[in-house]
Amino acid sequence: MTEVKNILLVGVGGQGTILVSKILASGLIAAGYDVKMSEVHGMAQRGGSVSTQVRFGKKVYSPIIGKGEADVLVSFEQMEALRWLSFLRPAGSVVVNDYQIPSAPILMGEVDYPEGILEVLREKADTIAIKAAKIATDLGNAKAMNIVLFGALVKAMKLNDIAWETHIAEIVKPKTLAVNLKAFAAGMDI
Amino acid sequence: MKKLMTGDEGVARGAYEAGVAFAAAYPGTPSTEILENIALYKEIKAEWSPNEKVAVESAIGASLAGARSLTAMKMVGVNVAADPLLSYAYAGVNGGFVLISADDPGMHSSQNEQDNRNYAKFAKIPMLEPSDSQEAKDMVKTAFDISETYDTPVMLRMTTRVCHSKSLVEEGSVLEQQKKPYSKNLQKNDLVPAVSKQLRIKMEERLTKLKQYTEETPLNFEVWNSNKIGVITAGVSYQYAQEVFGENASYLKIGMAYPLPIEKIRRFAEKVETLYIIEELDPFMEEQIRAAGINKGIGKAKVPLIDELNPDILAKVLLGQENELIDYDKNIVVNRPPTLCAGCPHRGFFYALAKCKDIVISGDIGCYGLGGSAPLHAKDTCICMGAAPSIGHGMQKVFTKFDEKKRVVAVLGDSTFFHTGMNSLLTTVYNNSNTITCILDNRITGMTGHQENPGTGFTLQGDPTGIIDIAEVVKSFGIKNSRTVNPLKLNEVKDALDWAMGCEEPVVIITRWPCILKRLSKEDVEEFGSKKSVCEVDPELCIGCKKCLQTGCPALQYQKDSKKVIIDQNQCNGCEVCNQVCPKKAIKRVGE
Repeated sequence: MTEVKNILLVGVGGQGTILVSKILASGLIAAGYDVKMSEVHGMAQRGGSVSTQVRFGKKVYSPIIGKGEADVLVSFEQMEALRWLSFLRPAGSVVVNDYQIPSAPILMGEVDYPEGILEVLREKADTIAIKAAKIATDLGNAKAMNIVLFGALVKAMKLNDIAWETHIAEIVKPKTLAVNLKAFAAGMDI
Repeated sequence: MKKLMTGDEGVARGAYEAGVAFAAAYPGTPSTEILENIALYKEIKAEWSPNEKVAVESAIGASLAGARSLTAMKMVGVNVAADPLLSYAYAGVNGGFVLISADDPGMHSSQNEQDNRNYAKFAKIPMLEPSDSQEAKDMVKTAFDISETYDTPVMLRMTTRVCHSKSLVEEGSVLEQQKKPYSKNLQKNDLVPAVSKQLRIKMEERLTKLKQYTEETPLNFEVWNSNKIGVITAGVSYQYAQEVFGENASYLKIGMAYPLPIEKIRRFAEKVETLYIIEELDPFMEEQIRAAGINKGIGKAKVPLIDELNPDILAKVLLGQENELIDYDKNIVVNRPPTLCAGCPHRGFFYALAKCKDIVISGDIGCYGLGGSAPLHAKDTCICMGAAPSIGHGMQKVFTKFDEKKRVVAVLGDSTFFHTGMNSLLTTVYNNSNTITCILDNRITGMTGHQENPGTGFTLQGDPTGIIDIAEVVKSFGIKNSRTVNPLKLNEVKDALDWAMGCEEPVVIITRWPCILKRLSKEDVEEFGSKKSVCEVDPELCIGCKKCLQTGCPALQYQKDSKKVIIDQNQCNGCEVCNQVCPKKAIKRVGE
């Protein structure tokens, strides 16, 4: 069972976590792994916290993992990384987007967006923080930040052997392919 | 080549492979994608029904006429459909009939956590329980064979983690759709008491045969590894159990969970030293196992009956093993509750409603339930779908009887109105109520992800159809006081509410504006336009009073440093609810 790897993708509804999980699964299946994925639909999509789990290995049983089991936590938003940190194995690593999306209580000025999140993450786990929004914006499309993070995830998981470009091409819209491929390369480069 | 599918997609593929000719459903998480995917097979006549009872009845009709038919719903939908289901169990089928119940342990998107396996026992019909997408597909085919062989409706019980998890599926061969001949048979299909008395006996005979079948079917199989630990389990719990015990345990995997293979279970129990019975929610299997005199095994004594299970929980309660966790201060993480979207047409309505005094708000199931959260707080109660007017009616009768100065406002959506809200509204007319019913018509079924409904002008498979006009329906009920308003115009909503508060008879307010996420139809564009714009705050005029934040729009953000509000241009849709609230007229619509 130890050879099964667990990836937890978290973010805010609408950030494109599901698209990344689709590309990830597509590549892993082509590489011959057994793959299971789990996500929760419905109410959480309305601006709430969202998570997708991807598990792969020779044989995968459970589609979901519990606390302390993720090998990599990929967070598309700073505060979400901290919300889900207890799902990470103590020896696991965090790929976090250095990007903040304030939630309702923060927007309303009731509380402040927590400070020092990246410091906490770095103190508690092997953490790579990426300014994916800036990188994607510089490449010409802010929305491609999810693919920047995906590139960083591939590097963190040492999954470079898979022909990810092909799988990205299969899944993203043709008109965004060029920018997404650049975003992927940028993520791999960090 | 194997394909990665959700359990819902697996069911859809299974329906196609089984030669299903007709399928009907009402959307509900986690079942919605079943019919959405069946609808992609143009060979199958697939429909959204106004509610689950209608879906089951339509599928019964298709079965009676001689075709294989399928119906799908979330678990609470089976409550709505229980009447036809429990009675069709008496008649038995012509073409095979399968009902998919998608349960939601953990209540990810549901108002309760009922365990619908109990329905199979209650209705005396066989039930299958898949543990992954491959089984979901395969079991649909088997379910149809059982249905036709044993002349019975069959239930396939899924759970959120089976519906929405993806695993690899090997597609199989596709059976040609076959229609059995129809012949009138009152002794089977006309459930008058004299007939039902006869069918009641046949039902028990059928159950006896099914008890034999369940002992023999490969749906219930053993995986033998060791006699130290034995696990009896079903559904996704089978996956969790394998994750925890691996090859250190033997398994009796139950695929047909009703009737249970009691003798198979007895033999398995005798062969192992320690026995675990692992099932989510109720002790459905355990109670039957105990009733059969098998006293061995640890079940709900250790395995929780509340919330969904996962491998961690099982490892902890059964083996005392816990993962090492990263220790950190979680208190600094701020909540991220779901909110009404920027530009949501419900926001303006709830903002105006929340200002009304001495009201009690009877809510319903849908996105507009979020109107009850901060900062709008516009909800007192929500129990189940379509209930807002009738629960509101009962409340109003009691408040009035005891001279309590409260006016009840019922709030429900368009799809919810068509679901069962129409019946609820009838009682307010018939029983001389004076509730105020507000139907928030956003031109689509919103929360479940934009399904067509009788008010949208299209069927599930995209065919144009008539649009049921809610205002005309209300009028036809004999409700004299009814108004349709634009919910984005706060004055219009306020005027309507003031007028309604003054009415002594039942009154209806319809708010009509499309969901901000809806892909607009030609008719929508004609009626509502398609102008894209955004709002901006003039920092010179903004005094930082935070009034606009009381609309709860996620595009508005208060800046502590400047003590002013800014609007996120990526999120804003220019609905202008905030600028109607601003006392300084600091917000302007721009970019048209």
